[in-house]
Amino acid sequence: MTAAAVAARVADPELPMLTLADLGILRAVDESGDGVVVTITPTYSGCPAMRTIQDDLTDALRAAGYARVEVRTVLTPAWTTDWITAAGREKLAAAGISPPGPAPRRAAGPVPLTLVPSRREISCPQCGNPATEQIAAFSATACRSLRRCPVCREPFEHVKEI
Amino acid sequence: MSFDAAYEALTDHDDDARWAYGTGFADPLAGVDDTVPDGVDRGELAAYCLMLGDDALIMSHRLQQWVTRAPELEDELALANIALDLLGQARLLLTRAAEVEDAGRDEDALAYLRDAADFRNVRLVERADADFAHLVARLLVFATWRLALLDRLTTSADPVLAAIGAKGVKEVTYHRDYAAQWVVRLGDGTELSHDRMQAAADEVMPLVDELFRPHPTELRLVAAAVAVDPSTLRSEFDAVWGQVLTAATLRTVGAAPGASGHPTAGVPVEEAGVPVEETGVPVEETGVPAATGPLAGSGRDGAHTAALTDILAELQSVARSMPGGVW
Repeated sequence: MTAAAVAARVADPELPMLTLADLGILRAVDESGDGVVVTITPTYSGCPAMRTIQDDLTDALRAAGYARVEVRTVLTPAWTTDWITAAGREKLAAAGISPPGPAPRRAAGPVPLTLVPSRREISCPQCGNPATEQIAAFSATACRSLRRCPVCREPFEHVKEI
Repeated sequence: MSFDAAYEALTDHDDDARWAYGTGFADPLAGVDDTVPDGVDRGELAAYCLMLGDDALIMSHRLQQWVTRAPELEDELALANIALDLLGQARLLLTRAAEVEDAGRDEDALAYLRDAADFRNVRLVERADADFAHLVARLLVFATWRLALLDRLTTSADPVLAAIGAKGVKEVTYHRDYAAQWVVRLGDGTELSHDRMQAAADEVMPLVDELFRPHPTELRLVAAAVAVDPSTLRSEFDAVWGQVLTAATLRTVGAAPGASGHPTAGVPVEEAGVPVEETGVPVEETGVPAATGPLAGSGRDGAHTAALTDILAELQSVARSMPGGVW
């Protein structure tokens, strides 16, 4: 298996139903001889999973026979939820996590302020009811918000668009 | 490790994962091009990175102190997540400062081994909050200012600052929305919550002017297209602050354009009986300008309140008592 294929199969520690490739944080895998340089980008500046991701990539590539593994970070271009693949979105939904919509496109000028939580329709991943409400903009991790469905009464997580 | 030797485990470890910030990422800028743009003074660039990094570090610590004290579980999560984002920004900025300074210090040394007078954060981030209303007022001020600043930093001639800015804009947008929505909820809530939110909005105003006062280091780096001149952010700040306070049915005295620059915002200048120059800076009977805050000078020059000393005593205690410890 190529180094790129090995790296792409490593699971994300926070959202283990996704691979790093599904999440879109795997930016490059460069092989030379028995060495590999993997480049990843953090979802958020303070993402505490980065160290674990680095270790998991190193372990997987060593197990696949690559003696020298280096994991680098790039900050730019900044990660966006638009990089979550179609397969990744299906896996999130199957796990009861609402996948993100398109990331907001900004017009020129100051960043717009949101005084009322988004009323954009986010459907319930449990029962499919199209109108759900936000409980909190932050959840167990910075990348997810907490919502609830008024029909089936179930709370669920939604991957925030950034 | 055994439970009998829990403390030994702090230093008895062959992993290089330090307690620093918890992630153990040895270098958050690994693999990022570390070139300093031509014509930029390394000392000035390092000082600027420290300013922005210290703002994030100290604000993050103050937010962490709210965990287990927030009114609802959801707010604990929100504040912890906001604190974590800021800690991430602080790590990147302190690492950049250390790299550019090239004096053998790293992010840990900068965070844990400096004394209060060596910190370059604005005083706004130091303050302990009297209640949740004071917290959300202060967070709204901080996030509104920082978002405007980071947004302009995305075009910095320093590619690392530009990247940190671009990443931070996405994060701080959510921080500002969170704070703004709480200010509206409390201001436009009950009579009691309205009054307490109004008091909190008034009491944060004396800390606002410092945010927009450019430091000589900033101005020199503005000339090199590296830094943002904070005085250019004031109109955006005033617009957002006014928009939120209006939605919250609160008075915006002190932040409205034309009233800015007065440190005792909340009390109209004329009513306070203080003679005012055309600049809006209050003048004492002697004609000497009054100090523009509880202390002369600026946090950017290391002039801090006692609150910073308290924070550092907590933040640095493990690092200083267990040098080189890991877990």
